[in-house]
Amino acid sequence: MVDLSVTIGSVTLANPVMPGSGTFADGFARVFDLNRLGAIVTKTITDDVREGNPPPRVAEFRDATLFSIGIPSRGSDYYLRETVPFYSRYLPPLIASISADSVDDFGALAAKLAVPEIAAIEANVSCPNLKADGKAFGMDAQATHDVVRAMRERSGLPVWAKMTPNAGNVVEVAKAAEEAGAEAIVMGNAMLAMAIDTETFRPKVANLMGGITGRATKPVLLRMAYQCAQAVKIPVIGCGGIASASDAIEYLLAGCTAVQVGTENFVNPGVMPAIIDELNGFCVRRGITRVQDLTGAMQAHEPMSMVWRASL
Amino acid sequence: MKEVESSLALSDPAQCRDDEAGCLPACAAERELAFPVAQNACRVVSNRWVNAEYRHLIVEASPTALAARPGQFFHLHCPAAHGAMPFLRRPMSVYRVDRDHACVEFLYKVQGAGTRGLAMLEPGDTLDAVGPVGRGFDVPDGARHVLLLARGVGLATLAPLARFAVTRGAKVTAVLSARDPSLVMSADYLRDAGADVIAVTDAENTSNVTHVDMLLERIHAETPFDFVTTCGSNRLLMLLQRFANTHGIAGQIALEQHMGCALGACYACVRPFRKTDTSDELTYRRVCWDGPVFGLKETVSW
Repeated sequence: MVDLSVTIGSVTLANPVMPGSGTFADGFARVFDLNRLGAIVTKTITDDVREGNPPPRVAEFRDATLFSIGIPSRGSDYYLRETVPFYSRYLPPLIASISADSVDDFGALAAKLAVPEIAAIEANVSCPNLKADGKAFGMDAQATHDVVRAMRERSGLPVWAKMTPNAGNVVEVAKAAEEAGAEAIVMGNAMLAMAIDTETFRPKVANLMGGITGRATKPVLLRMAYQCAQAVKIPVIGCGGIASASDAIEYLLAGCTAVQVGTENFVNPGVMPAIIDELNGFCVRRGITRVQDLTGAMQAHEPMSMVWRASL
Repeated sequence: MKEVESSLALSDPAQCRDDEAGCLPACAAERELAFPVAQNACRVVSNRWVNAEYRHLIVEASPTALAARPGQFFHLHCPAAHGAMPFLRRPMSVYRVDRDHACVEFLYKVQGAGTRGLAMLEPGDTLDAVGPVGRGFDVPDGARHVLLLARGVGLATLAPLARFAVTRGAKVTAVLSARDPSLVMSADYLRDAGADVIAVTDAENTSNVTHVDMLLERIHAETPFDFVTTCGSNRLLMLLQRFANTHGIAGQIALEQHMGCALGACYACVRPFRKTDTSDELTYRRVCWDGPVFGLKETVSW
């Protein structure tokens, strides 16, 4: 019997597998039993109703996708009225992902979501800060710090800060989030990218730029997750290109406590329960009794002493 | 065909509510499944050319897949073709559900990376098909004369509606529009299903809007339509919107869009629609989850 449970700050998960925000919806309840998940992370909402970007919103590459969705939102009233009751029928902790245009608005929305059914709030800081010339909050350590602190103070709920890989100083941003009271770092999110159709000369997504996600991004996001895990004491939740139990285990070995599965849900809607089953099978096969023992269990290669080797 | 993952298996019947006896057969079939969408591993029965551009794919189907209703679709994992590797699945509307032989059929035009990959499937191969998904057609109770107005590949989407409407006691008229007579497909299938079939083509100069409009008016004067449907052409959409509006007839359209997930999660497949049937304000709706079948009035032409 393998203990698959993990602890993310004040929230305990039955297993370390959850969807990445924006890659999951109530439609998946028609495919598998949502009670199998470690947590349920909903699509990012804003307080107000937003339409999002014009189509086309998606392009694909060999092993990745370019999405330019633009955070369409039905607003927080709809979320509290419809989305929260829907997921409250299921056992896994409900994690609400939010976005806002300013630090104050992040705090106000977090306060509005301080209801018993929501276990934690994920701060999607990849959106532009309208009070800082549109620079994304997550690109800036101070702005991320202020967002997390405002959410903590106004809501009292645990805050998970979701990093953007577009930040050159992502480790500094993660440390700032920790210092502001975040209970977890989620690393990471889509990488800013673009593509042009050489037949039509038009950008492949109408918004010109979008975020690249999917299997191809895993090595880059894994590196960033490792760096964050090295730098902070709070749990890191790995996210980026996970398509199998082996991918998930890599993130755990790199220092992550849990993982989010994103784009692969589109390609293989049953992948999350499959990963949980395979993770359990892996632990049984390797005689690992607690999945949390995998966190940070990567072992470095032995140092090579050329002088010593030459002397043999 | 079988479900791929044990976690995606058919439901425990004990979870089904049996206090909803009054619902329609299709609806009852859905209620028997706690998980009405499956990742189906379907054995390919055949995959033949029907003309120079289109192929007809027949696969074995599980009870979950056989519950597909007209207008619903499957999200197909397409094999890699000639260096092109489709990463995302491709939505494909159901052409026919053959419950007698436990098969689901698709009719598709070979054009992009996905359909070129599908064209490579041979009998005995396995097709990975997620579904059925989407909202299908809602034929009103008591409909007496249903119009199917299709251009090109749009026919594949409307075809299952013919048998469905005939079974419910309606007369069905199918107007099939194509570039030339050799590309008119399924006339026999639709006639077998009990539909009156009229082909109009560019080659014969009968597919233009004026001619089709006059044709619809003439049929309507003889036997009034009370439900009209279309798929596959912006021109025909605008024609049918005007026709339905003039005569006060309800109607629906099946729409296409590039998709990410087909489960309403990713919001990639949105198109603009009127907020209400009479509104001048538009809002984005998901073709995969809010559709792919929409009301004629909420739909905006493109």
